[in-house]
Amino acid sequence: MLRKIFVAAVFVIGAAQPLLADNAVDPQADFKAFREYFTKRFPKVQLNDFVNGPYSMDEGLRKQWQQIEEFPPYEFAVEHGKEAFAKPFKNGKTLGDCFPNKGVGIRQNYPYFDTKSGEVITLELALNQCLEANGEKPLSYTSQDMAALTAYMAFTSRGKPFDIKIPNDPRALAAYRSGEEYFYTRRGQLNFSCASCHVQNPGGHIRTEVLAPALGILNAMPIYRSAWENMGTITRRFQTCNSQVRGVPLPGQDVLYRNVEYYLSYMGNGLPISGPGARP
Amino acid sequence: MRTRALIRLAVILSVAGLTTAALAASADDFKAALAKAEAANKQAGALKNQWTTTKDALKAAKKAADGGKFDEAVAHANQAEALAKASIAQAEAEKTAWTAAVVR
Ligand code: HEC
Repeated sequence: MLRKIFVAAVFVIGAAQPLLADNAVDPQADFKAFREYFTKRFPKVQLNDFVNGPYSMDEGLRKQWQQIEEFPPYEFAVEHGKEAFAKPFKNGKTLGDCFPNKGVGIRQNYPYFDTKSGEVITLELALNQCLEANGEKPLSYTSQDMAALTAYMAFTSRGKPFDIKIPNDPRALAAYRSGEEYFYTRRGQLNFSCASCHVQNPGGHIRTEVLAPALGILNAMPIYRSAWENMGTITRRFQTCNSQVRGVPLPGQDVLYRNVEYYLSYMGNGLPISGPGARP
Repeated sequence: MRTRALIRLAVILSVAGLTTAALAASADDFKAALAKAEAANKQAGALKNQWTTTKDALKAAKKAADGGKFDEAVAHANQAEALAKASIAQAEAEKTAWTAAVVR
């Protein structure tokens, strides 16, 4: 018995070794360097303002935004999400029953690393898992219905700082590392990484859009985009960002999308949830 | 003697090859080119790094072939293969190159 445990332990350590060999995975050190990069580069932007994405970078846009927020275009989605949360399934249970505190005020804790399945569980995935576990049809990850659910959850969590944990588990560190790798990997015919736009060029323009900084980039999700005339989930945003560089988007909630969400959310730790957001 | 025969054969073959290329491509030529392009794009898919332009070229190739324009179809398929190979090379290079961009 003991011997078996010993063998298992050696195996796990062995598996983690290649990661540690070239570059130890150190989320805390990454977090510090990441935040410092943005606060030094944009010394005039208040730390908590980074969560407002393009508005934190551009005064003209901010004025436009203040006007948009007078009649928040995501209000309908929040209402719709609230109703959907309370509506009983065929079995009598509700979405709220799948979440701590009925799903209210908990958005800041997602994604989390599930030590049972060994995977990153995002909010969108958790919602569909809940539907399926109760015999309901899962939603498309880019649908307005999915965006309404996450909009409601974000709205009830506004102001709460992102609190993403990376348990001391080699699989969690590997997922984090994979998310980091996805973020910095160049892809698509245009040969851009997420970082090329959101780290190297925040505040820069692409056509009429102002690039959001990667620090706090998920705090405002989901977003209503006037250009789309509707809501966008995190999945939809990632897929759009892939297509922009002429890369074929991954399927919704592909393990790489979940891992990059884990990485970016961890980088946003301590910054307040501001979603749902409104974008030009 | 034997070597010379082989060289002659090679010359004949290469001329024949040139002529087929110059002549109109056939449905079989297209099928062969498409299979190569699709195999490369599948490999890019396994690396989770397909390009939309590869997909577009594959679509254009099939459309041309459907219209019986095999020259055009082969050209698009070859382009798709080249794009898919570039996306594979990109993914392979990035396996190590990405770390250089990390904020430290
Ligand atoms: C070619 C540049 C480019 C690349 C590469 C890119 N994006 Fe974007 N991204 C944009 C643009 C443009 C927008 C819309 C304007 C904005 O908010 O930045 C955007 C918006 C976003 C947003 C919403 C921000 C907000 O506050 O509304 C997120 C999240 C995001 N991108 C994540 C990613 C991820 C993850 C990747 C890598 C898979 C990526 N992006 C790659 C250009 C890019």
